[in-house]
Amino acid sequence: MLNFNLKYLCVCMCYMCGGFVLWGQFSYIWGLFCVFVTLIGHNKMGHGTKAHHHEHHHIQAPNKEDVSNLSEGERMELSHSIRVYCIILVKPKDLGNWAAVKETWSKHCDKAEFYSSENVKVFDSVVLNTNDMWVMVRNAYKLAYERYKDEYNWFFLAHPTTFAVIENLKYFLLKKDPSQPFYIGHTVKSGELEYVDDDGGIVLSIESLKRLSKIFEDPDKCPEQGGLLWKLSEDKQLAVCLKYTGVLAENAEDSEGKDVFNTKSVGSLIKEAMANHPQQVVEGCCSDTAITFNGLAPNHMHVMMYGVYRLRAYGHNFKDLPLLPKGSLVDSISSFNINKGVKGKVE
Amino acid sequence: MVQGLGQGHSRQTCLWLASLVPHLCHGPGGCGSACNARGWLSLGVIGEVGVSPLATPVPLTLFLHPGEISVTAAELYSKVRILCWVMTGPSNLETKARHVQATWTRHCNVVLFMSSVRDEGFPTVGLDTKEGRDQLYWKTIRAFQYVHQHHLEQADWFLKADDDTFVVLDNLRWLLANHTPEEPVYFGKRFKPYAKQGFMSGGAGYVLSKEALRRFVEGFRTQVCTHTTSLEDVALGQCMEKMGVQAGDSRDAARRETFHPFGPESHLTGKFSKSFWYWKYCYYPIVEGPQCCSDLAISFHYVSPELMYTLEFLTYHLRAYGYRYRYQPPLPENAARLLQRQAQPKAANATLLVQGTKIL
Repeated sequence: MLNFNLKYLCVCMCYMCGGFVLWGQFSYIWGLFCVFVTLIGHNKMGHGTKAHHHEHHHIQAPNKEDVSNLSEGERMELSHSIRVYCIILVKPKDLGNWAAVKETWSKHCDKAEFYSSENVKVFDSVVLNTNDMWVMVRNAYKLAYERYKDEYNWFFLAHPTTFAVIENLKYFLLKKDPSQPFYIGHTVKSGELEYVDDDGGIVLSIESLKRLSKIFEDPDKCPEQGGLLWKLSEDKQLAVCLKYTGVLAENAEDSEGKDVFNTKSVGSLIKEAMANHPQQVVEGCCSDTAITFNGLAPNHMHVMMYGVYRLRAYGHNFKDLPLLPKGSLVDSISSFNINKGVKGKVE
Repeated sequence: MVQGLGQGHSRQTCLWLASLVPHLCHGPGGCGSACNARGWLSLGVIGEVGVSPLATPVPLTLFLHPGEISVTAAELYSKVRILCWVMTGPSNLETKARHVQATWTRHCNVVLFMSSVRDEGFPTVGLDTKEGRDQLYWKTIRAFQYVHQHHLEQADWFLKADDDTFVVLDNLRWLLANHTPEEPVYFGKRFKPYAKQGFMSGGAGYVLSKEALRRFVEGFRTQVCTHTTSLEDVALGQCMEKMGVQAGDSRDAARRETFHPFGPESHLTGKFSKSFWYWKYCYYPIVEGPQCCSDLAISFHYVSPELMYTLEFLTYHLRAYGYRYRYQPPLPENAARLLQRQAQPKAANATLLVQGTKIL
């Protein structure tokens, strides 16, 4: 919403021009007149042609036919080519969640790194030396691009309260070309800006990250300190920067239209479902191939790992086509093990 | 009579399902006529004896999750029939029992809600007792007597649970598939004290074979068993022992517990203090952390209504696409026979698939 800055600029210019001529009460009235005109003018100008009727961008997971039409070789090749780098932004106060993420879902990323506001003795991290969330986001993306642009083609950013199922992310990305500018997650509309809510996690293709790195060098379009008079949240700021490069946010949905990136926990979504559609709580709640949930305490992450990767009903088989070959190195279970003496009890 | 009904799916879908499990269509005219216009598949009449109007029909939708093939689950459903009765009371109907009714009891072959007072609308069976902790054993005795009198032929196994117990019926069928209803045996979370062979925790739920149920009722008829204590699970365990019913081992092939007396969070992440009674009670060694619990868990206790739906979602819906589960239990002999498949003998070591993968 940089137009706010423009607005104030116009008001000031107008007032100054008129103010030189008039004085006393008249300059005061002239000032109000300036504000009025500027506001009207802004609305008339609009932002592009779509002032109020905006498209809400959706992007869907592949459906069954998309996947089953591939040969096994093609499927394996595709899934191997999806390499996800995970950025988790942490601060010392998040230590409990940091530990939980480290022990659980982040192991399923092709690589996961923790970007911290400051150095913490207990864990390794990439130290950003700032407490400002937008600056953290900027620098994390910059560093990630510089170091890993040739090794990974998808970049997932999350907070330590987020739980992610990376297999579902890879399934979602199966037929999407990373050399295209993708910017995916749980989107929110704020005025004319559609942005990905970072509470639900943000996914960028390598192309989007490339464009983002470029626009970081433009302090007018993508300032480091955020808006002049108006401090935007980091996720909105990111959307603004990306928009300048022609990259638009898209809301990710499964083949039934359910969101796969969630800004709330399963428990919260279930509670809402109990209130809103009590006859269809489980069926209406959430996607079966959900990618993220948010707002989880450390213990809940361990319960989710069990719930996603282990707990199931015998005899029920989803006809998912395997995407990873046998004997892959993905470890399903956290190494969270209270009794050190228990022999090799990690799955 | 009990019928399985598929709700909310088209007739096409119904016919497709029926073609998968033709041996389940008992009605006259086979499966074709068993699908009516609304897509409801009648699985057939299980028994015509002692029809109780309170026994609820069960939706077959449970076997027909979109994108899912559940032939094995449907087969086990028809071959390992379980009657579930849930211990509840008038003040819990709307706050707890209703959510049990909306979630896991849909997977039972027959389900009954037992209360001190009959309620036509819910529906509940009225046991003619008072409410309260000290009444638990009376309610249990009466409930089993009721089930024995009215529903004996409708099931092979008889499960008791509380209105804050969450049960995964498919995993229970998997456990029971390796036994027969004629065996005098019962399963649950096994505790050590009070009986030589131990007893089963009431809150975690326990299940009796048909023979065990017969002996329990017989025990009271002959006064071999009496109302010894209001501790329902202890008393039942003592009666079972007197009547020669064996306390079974419900652990999975990797020796992990399946019935759980607490919620998943407590078992998976909790550290029980060494002075906690639980340490002295457990019949088998306690494992803390992720190996506390089998992948094919059967029950959890102290489950709130919200957690009921959450667990149903985690068990039956949410998954990691394309992920191959590490724990692949072998198919024991009796289960193989039931399912008409090849048996796989139990491996010498634990059957966890490790495949030489590195633990990261």
